[in-house]
Amino acid sequence: MLKISNVETFYGKIQALRGVDLDVNDGEIVSLIGSNGAGKSTLLMTISGVNKARKGNIVFNGENIENKDPHKIVDMGICQVPEGRRIFSRLTVEENLRLGAHANEKGKHFENDIKEVYDLFPVLSDRKTQRGGTLSGGEQQMLAIGRALMSKPKVLLLDEPSLGIAPKLVNQIFVSIKNINKEKNVTIFLVEQNAKKALELADRAYVLVNGKVTIKGPGQELLKNKDIQAAYLEGGAKN
Amino acid sequence: MEKKDIIQSFKDSLFTGLIALALFGPIVGLRTVSKGEGLFITPQWGVVFLLVGLCILGRFLININSARRKEFKIFSTLSSKFSSITEDKAKHFAITGILFAVVFPFLPFTDRYFMDVAIMILTYIMLGWGLNIVVGLAGLLDLGYVAFYAVGAYSYALIATTFGWSFWICLPLAGVFAAFFGILLGFPVLRLRGDYLAIVTLGFGEIIRIILINWYEVTNGPDGITGIPRPSFFGLPFKRSPDEGETSFHLFFNLEYSTMHRIIFLYYLILVLALITNYFTLKIRKLPVGRAWEALREDEIACKSLGVNPTNTKLTAFAIGAMFGGFAGSFFATRQAFISPESFTFIESAIIVAIVVLGGMGSQTGVVLASIFLIGITEMFRDLEQYRMIAFGGAMVLIMVFKPKGILANRKPTILMHGDKK
Repeated sequence: MLKISNVETFYGKIQALRGVDLDVNDGEIVSLIGSNGAGKSTLLMTISGVNKARKGNIVFNGENIENKDPHKIVDMGICQVPEGRRIFSRLTVEENLRLGAHANEKGKHFENDIKEVYDLFPVLSDRKTQRGGTLSGGEQQMLAIGRALMSKPKVLLLDEPSLGIAPKLVNQIFVSIKNINKEKNVTIFLVEQNAKKALELADRAYVLVNGKVTIKGPGQELLKNKDIQAAYLEGGAKN
Repeated sequence: MEKKDIIQSFKDSLFTGLIALALFGPIVGLRTVSKGEGLFITPQWGVVFLLVGLCILGRFLININSARRKEFKIFSTLSSKFSSITEDKAKHFAITGILFAVVFPFLPFTDRYFMDVAIMILTYIMLGWGLNIVVGLAGLLDLGYVAFYAVGAYSYALIATTFGWSFWICLPLAGVFAAFFGILLGFPVLRLRGDYLAIVTLGFGEIIRIILINWYEVTNGPDGITGIPRPSFFGLPFKRSPDEGETSFHLFFNLEYSTMHRIIFLYYLILVLALITNYFTLKIRKLPVGRAWEALREDEIACKSLGVNPTNTKLTAFAIGAMFGGFAGSFFATRQAFISPESFTFIESAIIVAIVVLGGMGSQTGVVLASIFLIGITEMFRDLEQYRMIAFGGAMVLIMVFKPKGILANRKPTILMHGDKK
């Protein structure tokens, strides 16, 4: 469904991705783990077109998207939940969600879509008219995911959904991610520092080190991998 | 209140006094008087000491007030009065305001002078509302807004004097031209934000003014354009003795001739134009494009990741903001009947930005309050002649002390719960 081959991305002269090969199949949950600065977020930004790849191809449903503008890519069905949530803090919860529907035929199925998001995250329904900035971290993350779902994506790119959120809410958000995948049939590509959670959830997973994929395999298998345990699991990630 | 705090604020206010002394000493203290054979310096230290004393006292009171809000009643009651102006009350204010504006020309105390000031305030309100789209909603700091005002005024003046078309045809054309210039400015600044954007827009404003001065063949340079047609009341001119075959306004309605008719007509014209601007802004905020403007102001990367096209969003904001500037410009041209580049200097842009910022970015009612405050105050102190800019500056300082985010800082949501409707 989404095939990334030999992608290289630069920030000025600094090379962040050094030839990444990776693919995501329809209906899967794929996790990408790695330490700070490995290039995880850069890869997501490159897929969604905010950063441009200098080399390599990104193919989505048979079409090359590496040179497309971000809004075109969202129209095609890839939507990103950016790192740090990036809620429109002075806009209300419902306005935030409406903005998510921006790409989706300007809100034609809006009423139905928004109901689905509220069913998924009931707390958002209670806070409809509250400003985005007044929500807690976990609620903001739910809002960010809900907002992205409003564009009816085929693939949802999630950038560190557990960042800065209470552990109890992290569990809840990971359950929601699983629901989105199973019930709404949305393919998930998840980038996480919380390696244990990400690997437990994933059908398949990749490990990114210094802008290159070093290990790949089914999530459960990587959980047992000695190298990964040493580098990312023991003492590294909590809960 | 602790002793330490008082000593601290006292020290701070003495320091303020030093700065004031350094400024006022040479500026106010040494007065040059020309007497027969040359210039002589007359010192006036009394005034300097008075001003410095006022600065020290003012600073001390502000310091103490911010250290312990409740103890000093003067400032805290004043500032709480200001903060009780919420958007809620603003709605009532808006309705009474519009009603007052409608009956204003017929109030007993309204004379020619009041009407002129009111027209000026309304022009600035319209400009403020136009700029609010760019600065308040889309968050793009535009310091060259006067350029669009100028484009509107010159488009109107040139079309009207060359082709003799009526105001009602020239007005939309002027708006279209200004919008076109808005897009022209928009393209090169698409990637800029914040300070850098402000610098480029500032330059753009100056470029337009300098073109107007130097392109003599078209714009008549610094001499300006004279004899711009006055607006007519839907075909009926405001003239004492109309040309042959024409009926003038006072004859048609069987009234005594009075120059006030034209002034009142101009007043309602700008009132309607301003209200259209406001209505349009309030409506567009609830549409996807308006929401995208506000989202762009909040976070550009999030916008991109959600599929909002930042290029189109910014360009529409520039174009629509510019269009309203153009409308206001053509009104200005028809009212003055004479325009020259002198009217479109940077200070105009600065005043419009000040109105938007002091009003509270994005607040429509705030713009009205700020225009009345800033333009009204400078007019009220017209008798003070050269000191009236001090009143202007003082007004700004006061607003920034009491309401640092603007008179109405709260953003009003565009979607309310069903129970919230009033």
